[in-house]
Amino acid sequence: MATNSQPAAFQSSGSDLLVVEDLKKHFPVTRGIVFQKQIGAVKAVDGVSFTVREGETLGVVGESGCGKSTMARCVMRLLDPTGGRVVFDGRDITNLSRAQLRPIRREMMMIFQDPYASLNARKRVGFIVAEALEVHKLGTPAEVKRRVQELLEVVGLNPEHYNRFPHEFSGGQRQRIGVARALAVNPKLIVCDEPVSALDVSVQAQILNLLKDLQRDFGLTYVFIAHDLNVVRHISDRVLVMYLGHTVELAARHQLYSEPKHPYTGALLSAVPIPDPEVGRGRKRIVLEGDVPNPINPPSACWFHPRCPRFREGHCDVETPPLYEFGDGHVAACHYPLERWPMTEEEMRRAGSSPTTATPAAG
Amino acid sequence: MSLLEVSDLKTHFRTDDGIVKAVDGVSFSVEKGQTLGIVGESGCGKSVTCLTIMGLNPKVNTISSGEVLFKGEDILHTSASKLRQLRGDEVAMIFQDPMTSLNPVYTIGAQLVEAVLLHRDVTKKQARSRALELLKAVGIPRAERRIDDYPHQFSGGMRQRVMIAMALVNDPDLLIADEPTTALDVTTQAQILELMMRLQEDFGSAIMIITHDLGVVAEIADDVIVMYAAQIVEQGSANTIFKRPHHPYTWGLLGSLPRLNADVERLVQIKGQPPSLLNPPRGCRFHPRCPYVFNICKEQEPRLLPVSDQGEHLQRCHLDEETKDREAQKLLAGMMAEA
Repeated sequence: MATNSQPAAFQSSGSDLLVVEDLKKHFPVTRGIVFQKQIGAVKAVDGVSFTVREGETLGVVGESGCGKSTMARCVMRLLDPTGGRVVFDGRDITNLSRAQLRPIRREMMMIFQDPYASLNARKRVGFIVAEALEVHKLGTPAEVKRRVQELLEVVGLNPEHYNRFPHEFSGGQRQRIGVARALAVNPKLIVCDEPVSALDVSVQAQILNLLKDLQRDFGLTYVFIAHDLNVVRHISDRVLVMYLGHTVELAARHQLYSEPKHPYTGALLSAVPIPDPEVGRGRKRIVLEGDVPNPINPPSACWFHPRCPRFREGHCDVETPPLYEFGDGHVAACHYPLERWPMTEEEMRRAGSSPTTATPAAG
Repeated sequence: MSLLEVSDLKTHFRTDDGIVKAVDGVSFSVEKGQTLGIVGESGCGKSVTCLTIMGLNPKVNTISSGEVLFKGEDILHTSASKLRQLRGDEVAMIFQDPMTSLNPVYTIGAQLVEAVLLHRDVTKKQARSRALELLKAVGIPRAERRIDDYPHQFSGGMRQRVMIAMALVNDPDLLIADEPTTALDVTTQAQILELMMRLQEDFGSAIMIITHDLGVVAEIADDVIVMYAAQIVEQGSANTIFKRPHHPYTWGLLGSLPRLNADVERLVQIKGQPPSLLNPPRGCRFHPRCPYVFNICKEQEPRLLPVSDQGEHLQRCHLDEETKDREAQKLLAGMMAEA
């Protein structure tokens, strides 16, 4: 894999299409109707950094409410970040105005989770796919129509369905329309926000194969958000694990799945059901207690410590772990990283008495 | 005698466009303490099967036939009051969506207590302590305080636990779970599955679990039914279904699953869409999507027959067994390639 060449995880290089540095998004919590005052903030995303190289797929996983979607919307500038920087194709887009952003929006598109809610039910498919072309004034009406029909064919739909309405299509077909819409303006980057979560496994496989084919044919770069670790493993080159708005671990796919360092990644991996009765039942799962904490009032220091089997009092709840380096761009935010994998919850608890000797990554 | 015996169950809905055959001749049985998994794509009739067993289909436009015997008694053609006694007591159901299946204007305590009072001759106080006991059993922290909270004050995973507590409050003999973990994160899913298995050990109930996630089925089911277009296409023990699947549809489902322990460049995909149940295809219902289709498939509907050397393993396909064994092994080998 070409992703192992870089020494530091966040060091930008010429081939980086997207660089995100210390991205923050805080939503204010206010009290009062006339005289509003801010009494707190939901730190939905709190200091996430990563880079995406041209032509690769970065998978983002985490439980619901961990800030994956907010992060994606900030990258797309659908939300304005509270802090940090988003550099797309060598250009800082964090503070660009709407007018300045417009030409850049052509280069980055998004595919949404719910194929039922993300298509306008009152518009014909032809219009939905052509809208971006018209906004960016690309081509005459005849050219636009030809392009739309070509796109429908590319995503495996019948071009003659140009005049149909979204309700005439099944879930999988609608998601194909969503893909065609994202492809319309020849973007470089496509942010996929849970594109297959709402679909049946067989349809999910169709869409995943389609996304892979399109990446190969058009040299696309994906940021792929999902909560299904099997899906992320299938499609990603590198994977970012998020918890409560923070980066927990970032590594090349094979490293992350074969030697996870953070106990949270370990717990996620062990929770994935394995479709094989012999393997699936024999293993011991690491079952995390409780739910994701409230981001208005997150735990002190390491955000994972109240649920962590490796929690050490006086260290984990006092000192915030930096992102430690484990070589080949593999970073994890844990004082007591996993020594090996797989391991059971008891082993996790017992081992890991000495803090990591790895060096913190240069932020 | 099996706990639940379903034979030749048919559920048809009258609609403006014609008759939708949502369940078309389904037979199976569930034993005490066993877990049966039902898998299939959306719209294959798995949920309707369960709703029919529970007698929860709308009366106006439903035509049901066949036989559903629960403890030897026919519950398909019984009175509404008899069913009401059964539901929530001996047979309980966990619904898919914990967000919409709890009543938002009552506290969860009130809803749990109601379930107890309906079926047991106890005081309110006793019912409340029973409710509390169950909330603790399903792992709701600080249950004494949370019992008076409203559903919106709980997270998705917590609400699903409340649903499970409500289903178990009267020690049902049969628990029907319709996609109990589909709306949840993997970590919460692991917690809920663990909980269901533990409760099954403690109470000895039988579980019917409906899901489209083959991973979940492999983890907890003893027997598996694969449904396609309102019919059972394959039926057998979990080990057989995953190790020696004999129907091309099952192969498609297994192959379309991305896995943690295997690398494949492209997933197997089942081409096309599930057929309309208004007008299912002639012959084998899977033939328009089947890569192994040959002439007879288009003409003659295959029957659900046992695989020669195993009486328990049933399948509905015209292909000869030799080919099926070979293809199944190929598929499994492909999946295990780089495991």
